[in-house]
Amino acid sequence: MLNIPKEKFELAEDTDRIRHSPPPARHVGYFADAWTRFRKNKASITASVIIVGIILFSLLTPLFVRGEKVGGLDSYYSKKGPYLSSGLNIPFFDGGKSRSFNARGLLHIYGISLGACDGDGTGNVSIKEISDTYKTVLTPTYKVIGSYEGGRYKARIDTYAEVGFVYMQLTREEYANIAAWQDQNNVRVLYPLIASNQFNPDINDANYWYRADTSSKNQPIDLNGNPIKLSENTRLAENYERDAEGNLVYAKRVGGGDGEALRVRVLYRNYYIYQNGAPPSFILGTDSQGYDLALRLSEGIRLSLFISVTVSLINFLIGAVYGAIEGYFGGLPDLILERIADVLACVPFIVVATLFQLHLSERLGKIPSLLFAFVLTGWIAVASRVRTQFYRFKRQEYVLSARTLGASDARIMLKHIFPNALGTIVTSSVLIIPTVILNESMLSFLGIVNLGSSDTTSLGTLLSEASNIWTNYPHLMIIPALVISLLMICFNLFGNGLRDALNPSLRGVE
Amino acid sequence: MIKYILKRLILMLFTLFVVITLCFMLIRALPSSPPEGSSLAQSQMILERWEALGYNKPLLVQFGIYLKNIFTRFDFGTSWKISKTQPALELLVGRLTPTVLVNLYALLLSIPVGIALGILAAIKKNKWQDHLISTLVMFFVSVPSYIYAFLVQYFLFFKLGWFPQTIYSLSDAGGWFTGKMLYSMALPVLALSFGQIAGLCRFTRAELTEALTSDYMLLARAKGLTRAHATTRHALKNAMVPILPMIISSFIGILGGSLVIESIFSIPGVGQLYVQSVQQRDYDVFMLNSIFYTLTGLLAGIVVDISYGFIDPRIKMGER
Repeated sequence: MLNIPKEKFELAEDTDRIRHSPPPARHVGYFADAWTRFRKNKASITASVIIVGIILFSLLTPLFVRGEKVGGLDSYYSKKGPYLSSGLNIPFFDGGKSRSFNARGLLHIYGISLGACDGDGTGNVSIKEISDTYKTVLTPTYKVIGSYEGGRYKARIDTYAEVGFVYMQLTREEYANIAAWQDQNNVRVLYPLIASNQFNPDINDANYWYRADTSSKNQPIDLNGNPIKLSENTRLAENYERDAEGNLVYAKRVGGGDGEALRVRVLYRNYYIYQNGAPPSFILGTDSQGYDLALRLSEGIRLSLFISVTVSLINFLIGAVYGAIEGYFGGLPDLILERIADVLACVPFIVVATLFQLHLSERLGKIPSLLFAFVLTGWIAVASRVRTQFYRFKRQEYVLSARTLGASDARIMLKHIFPNALGTIVTSSVLIIPTVILNESMLSFLGIVNLGSSDTTSLGTLLSEASNIWTNYPHLMIIPALVISLLMICFNLFGNGLRDALNPSLRGVE
Repeated sequence: MIKYILKRLILMLFTLFVVITLCFMLIRALPSSPPEGSSLAQSQMILERWEALGYNKPLLVQFGIYLKNIFTRFDFGTSWKISKTQPALELLVGRLTPTVLVNLYALLLSIPVGIALGILAAIKKNKWQDHLISTLVMFFVSVPSYIYAFLVQYFLFFKLGWFPQTIYSLSDAGGWFTGKMLYSMALPVLALSFGQIAGLCRFTRAELTEALTSDYMLLARAKGLTRAHATTRHALKNAMVPILPMIISSFIGILGGSLVIESIFSIPGVGQLYVQSVQQRDYDVFMLNSIFYTLTGLLAGIVVDISYGFIDPRIKMGER
């Protein structure tokens, strides 16, 4: 002992009563505590934000897609890239695609724009003049003339405008409607028909409106039969059909009988405006059948999330009850139930899914039978976690005291043990979601399950539809693949963050 | 030990029997018809052979016949559609080689890389190397393997043109173990490896970090071992105890193969056979394939449990 003189000591509190500082008044519950921990995990917060973003996208996209026709089948505007309404020319969203052409091919592409400007067959519009009047097929971002390399031109073309003219059969009534509409709105839809003579290389291709030398690779020729060369001032010689009085023919009766059907030649882009009231605008492009990919994607996300969340909830319920009974009672019931679970766990999921599809899909529908397949083996993982937790907690003093006070088994399980085990169970249920998304996409991809139809689709179905054509249309593959990857990564990060927050003792254990 | 192994094997056989029974009942209950496109005489023949083989008897009798054929003649039925009237077992065995090869190469690539990265991350824990590896691992573990398949196809084949994609027949490649075959397998092997590397790396990192922070490491350092020495001699050895069984089980897992990768790269393996048997409703092949998948899964589980005992003598199997 040091020898310290008495006067050096000081009283901590120099009052009559010694007051202890009160204990912190705020009671922090389990979930509030978990939330503070979760908040600090930046990766998990980012992941949750992205998940919420994806969910919002899937819910809100249908509201922004205009009209019913836009989401429907469209054989002309199918497999096209992302496209926002013309005039904006945002890179990547211009529906453009780089291709290489020879001089004749490039002239044919230009010919579509020239033909669109030259509705009356005067034939005196040149390449130089079209960019102002009609959005050219070659997107203005790419200057073509002059970038001539080794006999081929590399050009970026607008794949939507490239569709150009198409032949259609309309009723007389529709024809009158379009004619009235185009006068009213000053947007030309109907264009003169092409004469089927020796200058027309393909009577089914509505884009050969000019005179071409069919004997020599369809080279455009002028009125004297000389080949037309590509230059800024190029004009093409028209080859429109004219009646006896020399007027252009816009519609022709096809078939016999009443002759209600009229064959017309329309500029598809303007016909689209006539039908939908606005130029084509697909933020993610269109899929293999011409559906708006953003709309399809949102349907796919909704279905995939619906399936995975439902499976996760059902697994949670079954697993919790089963695992609780196993863990709480132990002994013989545990042994029997555990053996049943063991056997079930050994059935390969792929076999279960296939058998359920083959047996139940006609009676119950594809989605319910897929759900059954997921649930059949999925709950086992949850059950074994719950079982472990119940084993851990059932011998603890507070359970013993509750039992001494006369609490029933059900009360002990529900009120005393279950809340303690909740963290683990919630985490494992959340981590089921990404596996279900993955397995669903795998099954759809392999063609074992087909969830695609006109009004619904799944992420895996989108991928499998794209799998044969994606080398030419990469966006069909990249966009759904990106969404699936994002969902998987984010749900895993979110689940891991949840685990760290709910069970701090497990932090870092993968 | 032997008692434990026997117990596990008996349990495995029981499980297998239950799964076979369930699958058999469910598969045979499905309507079956002769292959499409076969002539009337052919389908007549097939129907008659089905009749003779007892395919029209009650399900339980059919199951008895099926089991009897397996035990007496090792006959797992016949492929009626994919490969006409070839024994199903022969068909399956023939499809094993490509599956095993591709998955074996993938494993041989991913084991060293995965473990090395995992060790690096564990040693450099909480430094930038660890953060980089852990972040990448998080991404690579989550992204499905078929997406890697598309990525490597797109970039390495279509954009760079590095790998020939197609081998038309076995004679075209000159055998299973030729350079050309290996070269053509490069893309699926790569596609499979990304996920495996990431998984192994994560596992190794977790185990090694735990070992590195344990008390015996402190003792090892205290008695004067260098950090490198202590890590290789003590930590790594202990960390390997759970890693090795995992690797062993993945060697059994390669028999099953990857359905999606085989379907994307058109590998004529077991996975493709499975998908074909489902699509063409070739039920005997489907049945055999299901048994095969169940068996590989069961074996992998048992081997993992048993190998723990061999790898680490401290672990006594079957003790509570």
